[in-house]
Amino acid sequence: MFEHIRSFASHFFVTGEPMIYASDVAIVLFLVGIIFTLTYLKKWKWLWREWITTVDHKKIGIMYLISALLMMFRGGVDALLMRTQLALPNQTFLDAEHYNQIFTTHGTIMILFMAMPFLFALFNIAVPLQLGARDVAFPFLNSVSFWLFFFGALLFNLSFVIGGSPDAGWTSYPPLTELGFDKGPGENFYLLGIQISGIGSMATGINFLVTILKMRAPGMTLMRLPLFCWSVVASCIIIIFAFPALTVALALLLIDRVADAHFFTMLHGGNPMMFINLFWIWGHPEVYIVVLPAYGIYSEVVSTFSGKKIFGYKTMVISLMIISVVSYFVWAHHYFTMGASAGVNSFFAVASMLIGIPTGVKVFNWLFTMFRGRIQLKLPMLWTLAFIPCFAMGGATGIMLAVAPADYQYHNSYFLIAHFHQTLIGGVAFGLLAGMYYWWPKMFGFSLNERLGRWAFWFFNIGFYVCFMPQYFLGFMGMTRRVYTYSGDTGWTSFNFISSIGAYLMGIGFLFIVVQVLYSIKYGERDLTGDPWNGRTLEWAIASPAPHYNFAHIPEVTERDAWWDMKARGESLIKVNQRMAFKPIHMPKNSGLPFIMAVFFFISGFGFVFNWYWMAALGLLGVGICMIVRSNNRDSEYYIPAEDVEKTEAALGRV
Amino acid sequence: MNGSTQKHALFPIKNVIGFGLSLLLTFVAIALGVSHALAFGPVMMIIMGLAVLQIIVQLFFFMHFTESDGPAYHIIGLAIGIINTIAIIAGTLWIMTFNSQVH
Repeated sequence: MFEHIRSFASHFFVTGEPMIYASDVAIVLFLVGIIFTLTYLKKWKWLWREWITTVDHKKIGIMYLISALLMMFRGGVDALLMRTQLALPNQTFLDAEHYNQIFTTHGTIMILFMAMPFLFALFNIAVPLQLGARDVAFPFLNSVSFWLFFFGALLFNLSFVIGGSPDAGWTSYPPLTELGFDKGPGENFYLLGIQISGIGSMATGINFLVTILKMRAPGMTLMRLPLFCWSVVASCIIIIFAFPALTVALALLLIDRVADAHFFTMLHGGNPMMFINLFWIWGHPEVYIVVLPAYGIYSEVVSTFSGKKIFGYKTMVISLMIISVVSYFVWAHHYFTMGASAGVNSFFAVASMLIGIPTGVKVFNWLFTMFRGRIQLKLPMLWTLAFIPCFAMGGATGIMLAVAPADYQYHNSYFLIAHFHQTLIGGVAFGLLAGMYYWWPKMFGFSLNERLGRWAFWFFNIGFYVCFMPQYFLGFMGMTRRVYTYSGDTGWTSFNFISSIGAYLMGIGFLFIVVQVLYSIKYGERDLTGDPWNGRTLEWAIASPAPHYNFAHIPEVTERDAWWDMKARGESLIKVNQRMAFKPIHMPKNSGLPFIMAVFFFISGFGFVFNWYWMAALGLLGVGICMIVRSNNRDSEYYIPAEDVEKTEAALGRV
Repeated sequence: MNGSTQKHALFPIKNVIGFGLSLLLTFVAIALGVSHALAFGPVMMIIMGLAVLQIIVQLFFFMHFTESDGPAYHIIGLAIGIINTIAIIAGTLWIMTFNSQVH
């Protein structure tokens, strides 16, 4: 019996790697620490009532943000481990298998469990407030989305200590990921973790599209919509149409692995290239899903910190929409070397270059917005300014990669690695950080320290160029992606060493952000006005942090940049409060169901990972029961009495 | 939010019929694929036809295609949907013809 358990445990838990034992200890200590602190401070009920069961978009946004920052830490540590291994030739810091697991985890986490939730954090925090709405269209579904993301990410991260991490790259190409070559449960963790959080992403896409189309304040026509909201519309359209392709690809691969099907095997009529095709039908639009909202953030930031309305609002909207459609016609450029016909490659090459045009329009519009503006170099603006040259370079190398014949030279080399890090860090991560700094006072009621933020900014930016510029050269010198070591004869040592230094500088930059947050919690400047940046859109018209119901009176919108227009007319929501009587406010009730349902999804996913079908079935049964309970729930709304609204507004000094 | 105020039939007969139809269409497609009763070309054409029917079933039985009480967003939505579907299906078929060239 004991032998039996021991042999089970030695397969179940990841063993034999000192770094993982150290992490095991750290994880256990961290969990014990959290449990102890919550019990000691008697905060369990608070955690359940205020956070886990919440359907408030602002709190869900904060939970997304915390998760995203934690995931950024994990993905960043993975990056540093890889750069440490590659700093010098013939190192044995990581073996091949371990290196494979780390680059797989790094890629998957950074795009799916860092960039996506970070965006959803900003969607949640800013969109309803910019629209003058009291919540999203489907608050319950919003909570479901978050918890599905959370448990999907948890399942994926669990592979680190239980069962073993996936090791076939974030793209997970078959036939390598088929059972014949990849027995372990690692790949299953990848498939199920992404699948579960993908359901949440899909729901978020629908939720925010409906919110923006249906929940705008009176007078806010589509052409008066803040550009961030427009970018969310574009992003949500892509989510809705692109995610099903990923769902299908992952589901078919899972059926191959758990039910011995042959969709993507080499034999029995399977075709592995079909997975690659389906993966990129999602995969390329995915990069626009993450970068378009970043464009929206830059538009808000540029306009606010230049003190001017955005230049070329209409062309901004049109180019967002063009990108959201054309982004479906470019996916094959990820596998030009597959051997498709010249016609296919030419079509997708031209489409890939075309998409640079609307992007260029946007860059010029940002520059013209700054032209003759009174620019304030606050943190969000700094990151925006850093984005423009960085993204321009990433775009130029993207055009180089889009030239199909030339791509045969660069394909899967470090040139590609440098290119997509430049667009995804320079485009997306900079935008996310700009958005975080911009909306932080609205989320928490205090600003982040500028001085520490500048240190973070410079370390991160200089580190970025030191890290990735050498990689373009390494690509030209023949270094391919995913190699875990190289010999000194290749002549790659010096560039690799420089690149690793850059990675560490970026790591220091991240630490400065952590210090900045911790320092500002205690000493950060409190935002008492609700409008610390002299903003232009409606979220700055209310108190920071926003009260539970957001707007005591729903504002009337008469112009684009609604809050700026109100200020120009000497109007404010405080005056509206004084003029008009308070009314009861209709709000959704908190619910524990989304959390419980996501736990069942997690149980089911865990069962599928280890082929324990009784557990998988049990989990799915639980999910079904949760849905039935929800369908029969007629008591999901309540009214905040007018007196309570008045009291809250009075306490905020807004009557 | 105000689901309770809308009028609901006691039994969701429309949804059940839709669900039955979509399952039927799926199983016919699987049967055609698994049985090898027909050559590849005809199977492909029939499955594409079934897919179009499936879209129609989804639109009418589940996606409230005939209901509207405001600007007709779903015309735009449908247009984008059709563009994307054609792009994905036609693009995939075109890309995957590389097999015939390789062999």
